[in-house]
Amino acid sequence: MTLDAIISQYRDVEGGLIEALHAIDNEYRCIPESALSKLAEAFDVPVAKVYGVATFYAKFKVGERGSNLIRVCESAPCHNAGAALVLAAIESNLGIKAGETTADGRFTLELTECVGCCNESPTITINEVPYTKLTPEKVPELLSKFR
Amino acid sequence: MSIFEMLFGKKEKTNEINVQVHEKPVKEEVATTQETSRFEKKAKRSEHKMGMVTLTIDGRKVKAPEGATILEAAKIVGINIPTLCYHPDQSIKAACRVCVVEVEGARLLQAACSQPVFDGMVVKTTTPAVREARRVVLELILAHHPQDCLNCIRNQNCELQRLAEEYNIRSNRFEIVNKGLPIDDFSPAIHRDPNKCIVCGRCIEVCEQVQTATVYSKNQRGYKTVVAPVMNKSLNEVACIACGQCIHACPVGAIFEKDDTENVWSAIADPNKHVVCQMAPAVRAGLGEEFGMAPGELDMGKIVAALRQIGFDKVFHTNFSADLTIMEEGNELLQRLQNGGTLPMITSCSPGWIKFIEHFYPDLLDHLSTCKSPQQMFGALVKTYYPEKAGIEPASIYSVSFMPCTAKKYECQRPEMADSGYQDVDVVITSRELARMIKEAGIDVANIEPEEFDAPMGLYTGAAVIFGATGGVMEAALRTVYEVVTGETLQDINFTMVRGMEGIKEATVKVGDLDVKVAIAHTTGNARKLLDKIRAGEADYHFIEVMACPGGCIGGGGQPIPTTNAIREARIAAIYEEDASLPIRKSHENPAIKELYDTFLEKPLGHKSHHLLHTHYTARSKYPYEKKD
Amino acid sequence: MGFNKEKRIVLRHYGLVNPTSTEDYVNKGGYDALKKAKAMQPMDVVEEVKKSNIRGRGGAGFPTGLKWSFTAKITDADQKYVVCNADEGEPGTYKDRLVMEGVPHQLIEGMAIAGHAIGATKGYIYCRGEYPNSQKALRQAIADAKAKGILGDFDLEVRSGAFAYVCGEETALIESIEGHRGEPRYKPPYPGVAGLWGKPTIVNNVETYANIPAIIENGADWFAGIGAGNYPGTKVFTLSGDVVNKTFVEVPTDVTLREIIFDFGGGIVDGKRFKAVQVGGNSGGIIPEELLDTPIDFDAMSNIGMTLGTGAVFVMDETRDMVDVVKCMMKFFEHESCGKCTPCREGTFRLFKGMCKIANGEANANDLATMETLARVMNKTALCGLGQAAPTPFQTTVRYFAADYQKRL
Repeated sequence: MTLDAIISQYRDVEGGLIEALHAIDNEYRCIPESALSKLAEAFDVPVAKVYGVATFYAKFKVGERGSNLIRVCESAPCHNAGAALVLAAIESNLGIKAGETTADGRFTLELTECVGCCNESPTITINEVPYTKLTPEKVPELLSKFR
Repeated sequence: MSIFEMLFGKKEKTNEINVQVHEKPVKEEVATTQETSRFEKKAKRSEHKMGMVTLTIDGRKVKAPEGATILEAAKIVGINIPTLCYHPDQSIKAACRVCVVEVEGARLLQAACSQPVFDGMVVKTTTPAVREARRVVLELILAHHPQDCLNCIRNQNCELQRLAEEYNIRSNRFEIVNKGLPIDDFSPAIHRDPNKCIVCGRCIEVCEQVQTATVYSKNQRGYKTVVAPVMNKSLNEVACIACGQCIHACPVGAIFEKDDTENVWSAIADPNKHVVCQMAPAVRAGLGEEFGMAPGELDMGKIVAALRQIGFDKVFHTNFSADLTIMEEGNELLQRLQNGGTLPMITSCSPGWIKFIEHFYPDLLDHLSTCKSPQQMFGALVKTYYPEKAGIEPASIYSVSFMPCTAKKYECQRPEMADSGYQDVDVVITSRELARMIKEAGIDVANIEPEEFDAPMGLYTGAAVIFGATGGVMEAALRTVYEVVTGETLQDINFTMVRGMEGIKEATVKVGDLDVKVAIAHTTGNARKLLDKIRAGEADYHFIEVMACPGGCIGGGGQPIPTTNAIREARIAAIYEEDASLPIRKSHENPAIKELYDTFLEKPLGHKSHHLLHTHYTARSKYPYEKKD
Repeated sequence: MGFNKEKRIVLRHYGLVNPTSTEDYVNKGGYDALKKAKAMQPMDVVEEVKKSNIRGRGGAGFPTGLKWSFTAKITDADQKYVVCNADEGEPGTYKDRLVMEGVPHQLIEGMAIAGHAIGATKGYIYCRGEYPNSQKALRQAIADAKAKGILGDFDLEVRSGAFAYVCGEETALIESIEGHRGEPRYKPPYPGVAGLWGKPTIVNNVETYANIPAIIENGADWFAGIGAGNYPGTKVFTLSGDVVNKTFVEVPTDVTLREIIFDFGGGIVDGKRFKAVQVGGNSGGIIPEELLDTPIDFDAMSNIGMTLGTGAVFVMDETRDMVDVVKCMMKFFEHESCGKCTPCREGTFRLFKGMCKIANGEANANDLATMETLARVMNKTALCGLGQAAPTPFQTTVRYFAADYQKRL
C-alpha cells in the first residue's frame, strides 16, 4: 500500500497519528521521511510534532531499516539469562553492531526492552515474532532462515 | 487632485521636530509585575466562583484565592520560590522541578508552580530536603550544560546562571558532560546551540501556541531529548518565520540572534564608507532596559548622540519611511476601494508576518499591501534619494538598520530588496546588539547630551512613532485616510479602540460616506484566525493590520531580554506618550515627506514609488526542505 | 503443580475457555456479571466495588471503587471514558498478556461494567506494542462481542503502544492515546476529573478489570474476605530468573514471597542458593532472604520499602552480581525516561553512568554517596512514578547487598 492509502485509513480516527505510524511501520518497518508531511497534512498537526511523536517511541524509526528487523531484549531477566552472548553471536554473524543495518539491507539489529517472554529468556524478536530460550549456538541457524 | 496635493498642498512647512523628554512611570520590579498580573487575573476569576483559603508558608499565614498555586500564594508574602521552566505568559509545565517545596502530609515534594493551595495547607520552602532537591536538580542541569558562561550571549542575563548564583553553587558533584550537538548557525536571523538547551519547552510553546508556526518539537526522549525542528533541520530550512519569540522564551542561551555588530564596526572603521543608520520606533521604547532603565525611560536624543559617538555619519529614523508607508499604503487602500481591488488589504510592515503568510497561506498573498516595510523603503531611498540630494556616491553608502526584530535580518537579505541597485539595507542590528555596541563604545548613555536626528530622513511624526505598537499602523493610516478623504480635520486623532493588547481588535470608522471596517491582529496565531475567516469568505474587513510579534514591534524578537507581556504593555505606554508629546502627529503633515514627493518621487504609487517602494511576495511551502518531485 | 494455596479469580477461566469463542465464554457464565450490573443502579455498582476493597493491580494500589466514585459523581460531562492500562512494560511481567490472550472477554466484561458504573460509553485498551498477539485477540473478541450485541452502547477500541515504558503511567498513556508523545502530565487535575481529551476518565490495569466480573457475581463481601484485609483478593505473579518453575501463579494476597518462590516456584535452579529477588519489575526493590517471609500484600511490601507493583518475581541465585544486574536496570531507565522532568531525564542518565563506573571499578565512596543523594532526590522530586521509582533497585541493593558494591570501590 502507498503511504497515502495507509494514512487515509486513519484520517478520521481520534488521536489517529500513532495508529497511522503503526500502520506505516507494519508495512515498511520504518517511517519514511516522506511520510512526515503527509501525516502532518492528514491529521492537521504541524510536521515538527509528527517528528517529535515518531521519535519518542522506540518502535518507530524515521528513516530506513533493513528488510528484517531483529530486536534483542536486554532487560534484566534476559540479561541474566545470557542476552549479551546472544547479541554478540548475532553481531558477529551479521557483521554489524546494534543500531546498524547490514550493507545488503537485509537485517537491522536493535536493542529493545522487555517483550514479555521473561519465562523463556533470553528472547529476541525477528519481525515482531519472538524467539525464546536462545543460545549463541542457535543463532546461525535461526538467522539463515531470513537470508 | 491627487491625494498628494490634498495632503501637502495647503500645509505649513515645519522645520523642526522636537525631541522631548517625557516623564516616565516609576520603575517597578519586573518580576513582581509579571507575577502579580497573572495572579490578579486568576484572583479575579476565582473571586465570584470560589472563596479564599488560608494556608501557612514558612510559618506565615497567607490568604490566597482557591485555585492559586503555591508559587502565587508565596509571592503574596514576599517569598520568591525559584523557577526555571515557569514563564509568566505561558502554561504550567512542572518539568524542571526547581520549584519543589515541602507540603505537610505529602510523601513527595510538590512543584510550587503546579500545586494548587488548599485550606490549612502547610508549606515549607527551605527545609533540608527542599534545599537538597533544588541543588541536585540545578547541578544535574549544569553538569549537562556548557561551562562557558563567560562566552555566552546570555552572560549575566540567564535564568539558569542566576539560579546557580542564588543557590551558591560553587562546584558540581556530577561530571560535566558535553552533549556534542551541532550548532545551527545557518539562518540569517536566529541561531541555536542545542547543547545549552535545558528542555524547558518554553520555545516550543510560544512557537506553537502564540505564533502557530510550530517549528520546534521535543524529539527523541530521555536524556537524548532535543528540542529542534523536524529531522533536526536548520531553522533556515523549515517554515520558521524568524520572529525570534523563541529567544524571549528561552531561559538560557540556547536560542539567540545572529550577532552582526562586527560588520558595523568594520564599516565604521572603513574610511571609504559613508555609514548611515535608521532606527525603528520600538527600539527606543525598550533599549533603556539594557541599561537598567524602565521601558521608554531612555531619551531618543541620547540614543542619537550615542550613535554619532559610535561613528555613524548620518543618524536617520525609520519613522521617516513609516510616514512614507502611510502615504503609499493609504493610497493603495483607497485605490483598491475605488477600483475593486483585493480586499481586505493587509499590512506588510512585519517581515515575520510576511514569511508566515508566504509559508502557510500562499493563496492569500494578493491581500498583502505591495508596500515594502518602512525599513526597506528607507533602504531603497537611502541609496537613491539621499545620495542624489547629498551628492554622495551611492556605492560608498553602508546602510545600517536598528530594529526590535530578528526577522528584519532575514528581510534585508531577500533578493528582491535591492531596488537601489545595491542591497538596500546592508545590515540589521537588533536592540540587544545596539546595546552591546553602546556598551563596548563605553558610552554613558544615561548622561550623554541629547542630539537631534539628521535631516531629511530623520524627520517624522507621532503617527510614525506608534508603528511600534499593535494597532499603530492602523491608527496612523486612519488619521491620514480620514483627513484625506473627508478633507476635514479630525477632532480627536486618538483612535483608542485600535490600541491595546487584545489579540484581535475590530473597529468600524466612518470615513465620509464609507464605513471602513478594520481589524488588527498581533501574533501570527491571531493573524491565522483572520486568514481562516478570509479563506472561508467570512471577513468583510477593508483593512487589516498584522504584526507578527505580541504587542507589535515593541515586543519583537530583537528586544531586550526579558520581554514579557507586562513589559510589552509598559513599552506600548511609552510609545503612545511619545506620540502625544510630538507637535505633528499625522503622516501626511510630515514636511520631509512632502519634499520627498516634490523633489524625487513625484506622487504616491507613481512610477518611482513603484520601483523603489513596492514589492512582490513568494508562495512558499510548509515543508520547504522537501525536494519537489 | 501441587501448590495448594493457588486460588484463581482473574485466571478462573484461563485455559478452560476458548479465547476466540464468545459462545464458550458465555456458556461458562461469562457476561452474566455484566447483565447483573446493568440491572443495578450505576452508583450501586460503584458501591459494590468500593465495598469489595479491591485496590489497583497496577502500580499504586489505589482503591478502585473510590477512583470510580470520583468519576461517577460527575454529572455534567458530555463524555466519560473507561481506559484499560495494558501497557505491561515491567520486565519480568506477563500477567496481563495471560488475561488478554487467554480470557479477553473477561477484561472486556470488566470494562463494560465499569462503563455502566461511571456512565461512560466509550473505552480504550492501551496495549503495549510488544504484544501484537494480545492486540489481535482483543480486537477479535471486541468485534465479536459487539456483533452479538453483548456490549450494548458501550464502544471499545484497542490502541497500541509503541515501545515506551513510560506509557504505563496513566497520564502518559492518555497522552499517547491522544496521539502525542507519552509525557506524563502534572497532577492535579487527575484523570478522574480531566483525563482523555480533557474528559473524566478512569484508568485501571488489566488485572483490576478482570477481577470485576467475579466481584459483581459473588458480591463484595466474598471478595473482601479473600487474602489480606487491606489488599484483598488474589494476585497473579509471574516468575522469572533463576527459579525452577518459571511460570505464573495466582494466589490470595496473604501468602509470602518465600511460599511463592520455594513452594510454588520450586526453589533455585541447579540446587544453587537463593541470593535476591526483585518484586514488581524493574522499578521494584531487590531484597535478600531475610525478608522473604513478608506477606505480598501492598502495605506489607510498602513497609519494607517495596512495591508490589505488577507481581513480577525475578529471582537471582548466589552467583549473581548485584552491580551487574542493577547496571542493566539503570540502562533500562535511561532508555525509558521520557525526558520531561529534570530529575528523571538527567538522573537516570547519571545513575546508569554511575553504575558503569562502579562496574568498571572506577568509582569511589564519594561517587556512591552522590548516587545515593541523587536517588533520594529522584524519589521525592521526579514528576511521575518512573523517575521516583527508577533508583529503587540501586537503593535496595546498596542497602541489602552492600558487599557487592564495596568490593568494586
